[in-house]
Amino acid sequence: MAEVVLDTVTKTFGGRPALDGVSLRIPNGSFVVLLGPTGAGKTTTLRMVSGLDRPDSGDIYFAGRPVRDLTPAQRNVAMVFQQYSLYPHLTVRQNLEFPLKSPLLKTPRAVIDSKVNATAEMLQISHKLDSKATTLSGGEMQRVSIGRALVRTPQIYLMDEPLSSLDAKLRADLRIELKNIQAHSGATLLYVTHDQIEAMTMATHIGVLHEGRLVQFGSPRDVYERPVSLYAATRLGQPRINILAADTFPGAPPGAVSIGLRSEHLLHGDGQEAVVRRVEHLGDQTRLHLTFRTNDLITVTDAHTRLKSGDIVKIQPDKPLYFGADGMRLQ
Amino acid sequence: MSYSVTDPSGRQKWIAATLVTLYAVITILPLLWIIGTSFKSPSDAIAYPPKTLFTPTLEGYVNLFTTRTRASEEELKTLGEPTTWYDRIVRRDGFIIAGPSRFPERFTNSIIIGFGSTVLCIVLGTAAAYAFSRFKVPLKDDLLFFILSTRMMPPVAVAIPIFLMFRQLGLNDTHAGMILLYTAVNLSLAVWLLKGFIDEIPIEYEEAALIDGYTRFQAFYKVVIPQAMTGIASTAIFCLIFAWNEYAFAVLLTSGTAQTAPPFIPTIIGVGGQDWPAVAAGATLFLVPVMIFTIVLRKHLLRGITFGAVRK
Repeated sequence: MAEVVLDTVTKTFGGRPALDGVSLRIPNGSFVVLLGPTGAGKTTTLRMVSGLDRPDSGDIYFAGRPVRDLTPAQRNVAMVFQQYSLYPHLTVRQNLEFPLKSPLLKTPRAVIDSKVNATAEMLQISHKLDSKATTLSGGEMQRVSIGRALVRTPQIYLMDEPLSSLDAKLRADLRIELKNIQAHSGATLLYVTHDQIEAMTMATHIGVLHEGRLVQFGSPRDVYERPVSLYAATRLGQPRINILAADTFPGAPPGAVSIGLRSEHLLHGDGQEAVVRRVEHLGDQTRLHLTFRTNDLITVTDAHTRLKSGDIVKIQPDKPLYFGADGMRLQ
Repeated sequence: MSYSVTDPSGRQKWIAATLVTLYAVITILPLLWIIGTSFKSPSDAIAYPPKTLFTPTLEGYVNLFTTRTRASEEELKTLGEPTTWYDRIVRRDGFIIAGPSRFPERFTNSIIIGFGSTVLCIVLGTAAAYAFSRFKVPLKDDLLFFILSTRMMPPVAVAIPIFLMFRQLGLNDTHAGMILLYTAVNLSLAVWLLKGFIDEIPIEYEEAALIDGYTRFQAFYKVVIPQAMTGIASTAIFCLIFAWNEYAFAVLLTSGTAQTAPPFIPTIIGVGGQDWPAVAAGATLFLVPVMIFTIVLRKHLLRGITFGAVRK
């Protein structure tokens, strides 16, 4: 495992910049999650680190050593592809063995067997070891794809939405399992996801990408509580942060153009009146869709609330986030 | 009436079966005629109306593999009783065996040249198709068109220049020359067919192999080649069939050492009258290697293209 550093990495595809001067330090043993919408450059960043693509300019260092001219094999990285990319002509076992048998690792037979069996057991695919890769369901393919990375001990694990097509229970299990592996083995991970729970629970660091630029990098708490911009604020939060004009509530600092209210930033009981439009019972919590003057708001309330559509609630903001005209947060 | 693709109605099955049977009969009749003729005696072979029921004999095959001379009755008597079954067949018609024919030699030439050019064509074709499919080749489209354009006229149209070149290079009537020639003719087809198959293999597999610690070349033969087997098998069959059946160049460019079976088989006609059973026997044996080759590769053809382990 190694510290991985990206130094002003830029990559252009067909004239359009995919990465624009991204500098990022992935500390040894950290779990870095990249957030951003499609096209923000998350997968491109993974491919730069993997060595499948080369930066147009900028450098990448593994433990201080530049790896710009090294192949993926020479860099010794493991990657879980978004498209699984299992070898269709091989069985599950052969797929898992494939990296261990490479000229890079040349693992002895006994070690291969024990690693493959242990990994298969952890991912709950032991019963499928002798099936062809093409006969698996989507979730099983994804687990084999994760397993093909986990059998190795590379410099860094790169994972591109590895849990996206698993059912909810398995996803929760594997989330904890991946976090455990990382915590115990001290593995370094660079992980791409759209899932807020994955990002918040697994990450030691979150990087927010916007149109090929890294706009914020910090701990999950930091990114959630102190987003640098409106854009970063909307990356995290379920339900999504409410964005309103700054003068909707009194007390906005000078220069504020908009106010960002996460659901927990709206206190009920006192303040100004809002009309309940819709009540969503999610089981552990209840979401209220409110209309406040001309604005729509979403907030969270007690799971057993008696509120119903048409009721009036009083709301007031609590520790809101203020953003300036350029979209940056006002300190 | 309900309509189902997976479960056709009785009438649909009946129509399909009739069409397939009809097609099979039409294509298989000439084969049956050749195989049947190879087991007839010369008189049965030219009988009119044609005989469908006849006493089978191996005379055609014996004549194919031997050269014979006519012997008078006195000569035959001095030789005593025939010692082998093929001696007996030959002497019944008043001949004695003078020696082996050149058929085995010609047949071996066909195998060497046919399979040799097929292997060479597949090796070069796969490498070229992979490069065209994966790499940024300057003037790629023009090169591909140029490669295809070599097949836009019948190959034999350039027979005379090739004959002159071969004579200069000392390639006339050599195995190497014929292998080279058939490879050159087949290569454009091989590159185009194989490029289509390799294009269908997602590049993600190779990327996964690169990540898994393999070099580009190792990824090519461990991941791409196994998945391209369907294409390689069908291309190999096309190449072999062309090289195996090719007649015009073989007549023009070979005569002695490297002559293949196709120009040789018709020359059997000249030996002791029109020996149709021997010709048919030669044609029958000539069919066997291609049939075996196709049957061996059939499982790759039927397996179809494997997809589904990459999420689109």
